[in-house]
Amino acid sequence: MAERPEDLNLPNAVITRIIKEALPDGVNVSKEARRAISQAASVFVLYATSCANNFAMKAKRKTLNAGDVLAAMEEMEFERFLEPLREALEVYKKGQKGKKEVSEQRRRDKEEKKAGSERDKSREEEEEEEDEEEDERMEEEAEAENEAAAADEDEEVDN
Amino acid sequence: MSQNNPPKDQQTSSHKKTISLPISRVRLIMKSSPDVSSINQDALFLTTKATELFVQHLARSSFLNGSGRETNSLSYSDLASTAEETETFHFLTDILPKKILARDYLKSLEEMQEEDADF
Repeated sequence: MAERPEDLNLPNAVITRIIKEALPDGVNVSKEARRAISQAASVFVLYATSCANNFAMKAKRKTLNAGDVLAAMEEMEFERFLEPLREALEVYKKGQKGKKEVSEQRRRDKEEKKAGSERDKSREEEEEEEDEEEDERMEEEAEAENEAAAADEDEEVDN
Repeated sequence: MSQNNPPKDQQTSSHKKTISLPISRVRLIMKSSPDVSSINQDALFLTTKATELFVQHLARSSFLNGSGRETNSLSYSDLASTAEETETFHFLTDILPKKILARDYLKSLEEMQEEDADF
């Protein structure tokens, strides 16, 4: 929950940058105008959330999803946002997937390396082999658990 | 501030990241709505992105509609007129009220009273 009223504001530096990027170079934006746009953006979030929530409720769902937000944009007559939003979501999803693939690959590389070194060692120290294998299995399990936890966090944010 | 950043840095960050507003803050605002129980990651991302598009759209429309093009500036009154005149921005009229002089307000109040007296 929001502790202080200013928690419901968006960061001014980022808002200012977005405004500057939207306008031609050298346009002077008054401080009052910047503050007003920032407040308008917070109101926009609340309005969009409430619209999206209506769609979720109609469908008897508790969790807001991408379709609800897109439907809200249409309802608010911001159809012009739909195309850029869909594109951005696709890029975002690819990015998320990419992240997972990279970590998977890294894990596999590590395992291969471990397996390789194990083979070398086993030639020299056959007696210790069992203990080592046990350790490694435990390590892998812990790693897999962490990854699963991280993946869960990615998937859904609720509490 | 952002002006001090080398342009190269800005370019790479805009390539990597599709959004610049913090998702966590947008989530906090969404959660402040009492009947929202949970929001999935895609919905959160889309709302954040939509807010950025909204900021751009509001700034651009207000600049083009207002008097700012001659003075090369964007002022509060440009925003207030956009909220009043553009239908999609009507929901902002409460937080972007048009500013009027007390003198004018008193005058319109008097006129209203006179109208009432007529009936």
